[in-house]
Amino acid sequence: MRITVTVDGTKYTDEVEPRTLLVHHLREKLGKVGTVVGCDTSNCGACTVHLDGHSVKSCSVLAVQADGCEVTTIEGLARDGQLHPVQKAFHDNHALQCGFCTPGMIMQSIDLLADNPDPDEQAVREGLEGNLCRCTGYQNIVRAVRDAAQNMSPGAGPEAERITETKHVGVGGD
Amino acid sequence: MTATIEPEVGKSRRRKEDERLITGRTRWTDNITLPGMLHMAVLRSPFAHAKIVSIDTSAAKSAPGVVAVFTARDLDPDSSIGMPCAWPITPDMKAPRRPVLAADQVNFAGEGVAVVVARTSAEAHDALEEIDVEYDELPVILDMEAAIADGAPLVHEDQGSNTSAVWKFDSGEAGTGGNVEEAISSAEVVVKRRFRQQRLVPAFMEPRACVVDPTGTQLTMWSATQVPHILRVMSALTLGIPEHKLRVIAPDVGGGFGGKIGVLPEEMMSLLVAQKLGKPVKWNESRSETMLAAHHGRDQIQDITISATRDGQVTGLKVELLANLGAYNGLVGTGVPILGAFMFNAIYKIPAYHFACTNVYTTTTLTDAYRGAGRPEATFAIERIMDELAVELGVDPLELREKNWIKHEEFPFTTVCGLTYDSGNYEAATAKAKQLFDYDGLRAEQEKRRASGDKVQLGIGISTFTEMCGLAPSRVLGSLDYGAGGWEHAAIRMLPTGKVEVITGASAHGQGHETAWSQIVADQLGVAFEDVEIIHGDTQSSHKGMDTYGSRSLVVGGIAIVKAAEKVVAKAKPIAAHLLECAEDDLEFANGKFTVKGTDTSTGIADIALAVFAAHNLPDGVEPSLDSDATFDPENFSYPHGTHLCAAEVDTETGRVKLRSYVCVDDVGVAVNPLIVEGQVHGGLAQGIAQALFEGTEHDESGTLTTGTFADYLLPSAADLPSFTTDRTETPSTTNPLGAKGVGEAGTIASTPAVVNAVIDAVRHFGVNDIEMPLTPMRVWHAVQHGTTDAGGPGRGEAGGGLGSIDASGGAQ
Ligand code: FES
Ligand code: FES
Repeated sequence: MRITVTVDGTKYTDEVEPRTLLVHHLREKLGKVGTVVGCDTSNCGACTVHLDGHSVKSCSVLAVQADGCEVTTIEGLARDGQLHPVQKAFHDNHALQCGFCTPGMIMQSIDLLADNPDPDEQAVREGLEGNLCRCTGYQNIVRAVRDAAQNMSPGAGPEAERITETKHVGVGGD
Repeated sequence: MTATIEPEVGKSRRRKEDERLITGRTRWTDNITLPGMLHMAVLRSPFAHAKIVSIDTSAAKSAPGVVAVFTARDLDPDSSIGMPCAWPITPDMKAPRRPVLAADQVNFAGEGVAVVVARTSAEAHDALEEIDVEYDELPVILDMEAAIADGAPLVHEDQGSNTSAVWKFDSGEAGTGGNVEEAISSAEVVVKRRFRQQRLVPAFMEPRACVVDPTGTQLTMWSATQVPHILRVMSALTLGIPEHKLRVIAPDVGGGFGGKIGVLPEEMMSLLVAQKLGKPVKWNESRSETMLAAHHGRDQIQDITISATRDGQVTGLKVELLANLGAYNGLVGTGVPILGAFMFNAIYKIPAYHFACTNVYTTTTLTDAYRGAGRPEATFAIERIMDELAVELGVDPLELREKNWIKHEEFPFTTVCGLTYDSGNYEAATAKAKQLFDYDGLRAEQEKRRASGDKVQLGIGISTFTEMCGLAPSRVLGSLDYGAGGWEHAAIRMLPTGKVEVITGASAHGQGHETAWSQIVADQLGVAFEDVEIIHGDTQSSHKGMDTYGSRSLVVGGIAIVKAAEKVVAKAKPIAAHLLECAEDDLEFANGKFTVKGTDTSTGIADIALAVFAAHNLPDGVEPSLDSDATFDPENFSYPHGTHLCAAEVDTETGRVKLRSYVCVDDVGVAVNPLIVEGQVHGGLAQGIAQALFEGTEHDESGTLTTGTFADYLLPSAADLPSFTTDRTETPSTTNPLGAKGVGEAGTIASTPAVVNAVIDAVRHFGVNDIEMPLTPMRVWHAVQHGTTDAGGPGRGEAGGGLGSIDASGGAQ
């Protein structure tokens, strides 16, 4: 089947098998290997991307379902050499070790903050429930998300705008 | 004089590694794509134990996209290839051959039976379903005690027994302590318990993978491995590939925890298949395959007896273990309980000690190293039995520990196992932990809740620990019959522009080594942190090494780097003297500069590097090089320690456990990067707590793994864990120049007993003195309902019954 997907701002038209999962399309066809696969039961969240502005586990979406949609991956977050505030917060708070869960964690965290710009610890923990990390014990991830929330709160500077922008990239169009 | 530069060691540096990891520019093995690359998939046995009657691959061979299908006879016609075991723990240890692919018989569910190579991974997996294998089922052997009982069916018929080896240590015989039987028979108090270390899955987030490229003049293998150097040697020995024709690369590796320490049959299959087809081949496993076929950890039955005087002085400790090897000997899995053997005495002065371990074959996935490897199991047993002894004696469990531990002024201290602990300060760590935890306040609250019969009871769990880090002095490994040394290699290349390349034989997989090692080098050579590049994980550039496990990267690998840096400075010194026209003895080196003592005249290491590059003006006979090589073999292990305190709330009506607070104070000696130390502790705690409360594999009676995905195997999420309060004390190691001790395993080792002790403390007044891990709500609730009997006295059989009934309701294996 022929599908057109805009990934990180670039439009791609490709033939895909009906059974191809979005994550495999991204990785194998489009070379977007920043998004990774950690399980085969949609439990780990390593493959999380944004589909029309909302986080999805890209291993649970067929590529054909993404036809006509906008996808943002970890590779499309940094703009003009500037890290997304959530990326920066992960670095600042040592919220990653091996980094395998990290792309998915960051994408999920951005979605979480879009829904709740000032989450308390419990809200962050619950918001990340679908993303597994074996290295960090989550504590610094939680800290990073709350730190990012602070940095993105209204009045915290131009970075504050980024969150809504990322969230609605698909809706508003680039 | 030059201004003093702030030292890097001790600084909470943000990590160098992060940039690529947070932007998705990482190189995982599965990201590697080569021209003409084919994909390999493995057909795995659905049976735990069966004869292979026939394999029909004809339909698979003609399936779409399939290039080749191989069975054992195609890959290994002479049946000569056996997977290596590096640790023959006794001269008479059984060593059944583990074939690359099963030829005649499968011995665990998940064992490879055939491989398909196809153009795409999907086609390869599709074609697996076209292979027709006829099996003749054999009896399944899951229970270790049943496996070693007389007349038990055998995993390997030709081995004559399911016992692989029995390994013993006795302090009386070794002359390191007294006779334990005498201690027990003459003791005022004896407590006996049986603990079970359930089987765990290391569950690194990146599944295993490898890519083999045979198209150059040598074979190149990328693998998601912790041990590229060991993998290269072992592959060469196993397959007869000339070692110099094989290059192994561990690119970015997404976690290991010991789970990526093996030499895998799949790696050997990939090498064989790629060579046969002359094309690059990738193997990338699914999570379900990982759960089934990557090695598991723990899985021991521990019978522990401790003896003491009425006033609480421990007099003896006897440990009898059954360790489940699974179906074969793993690379180092045979030795895991032996590593633990030296840690049962923990931080205590135990005068008499006996240890015996029986390694047992069952028809299950192999076990091998898993974070802490043997030491968490040992710490669990001693910290649990210390609590039981405290109850028996009617004293506070912390007081009992204090009474028996090695005092700060007694270091260095030689233990009943013959190890010499270099340094430690258990008093300081415990005092700090107690204060952070509000020990007395929580005890008071516990009393209140107990008195009022609150449905939510509070328990306090204590765990003190030490471990042997920095594996290991080669001669010690030799004395334990381990097949390799414990040294590490490092090299430093001073580049003409003053930048530095550091090559290390240790191989990182997420711990932040590039950052920590760079900090060390920056201090040693007086160069900027940013000017250091770490090269590792490629046998071509880091040409020798022993890789990463057992918290050795810093205390062995890091010291090799220090030694290499010292050699660079020594090489630079005569050149500096020559350039500054002074005597070498007049020079001092600090902050990257050689300065003529008492003057302002100096030259920097970068200037010397450039002068060496130009080589126009060097002293006679001096080689134009500032490069150096060093190999460090430690004289002793290092012994980090810590005190962990856990407060658990147990809902007695539902069995639900909530960790109310968790405080730990770890002493890892000098912390090169406190931020990284903290992160390691957090992650370790999560893994140890998960053993206590959540994780455990289960098999059904046919030997099928029923916890074979992340949907069934409960890896905790952020919502399942609390925030931890972590702190440190710093007692430098005296056995290495950095004073570092290692931190990779600390959290995992100490947290499991802390949590279990807390839960049992909360419900002890219901007659509960043990609950099998993981402490699921069902098991906790059942224990509260029925209590448990003391397993120490003659009522042993009764205790078994009690545990059995908990087992049944918990639905565990
Ligand atoms: S790979 Fe998508 S949830 Fe695990
Ligand atoms: S950082 Fe390794 S799995 Fe999360």
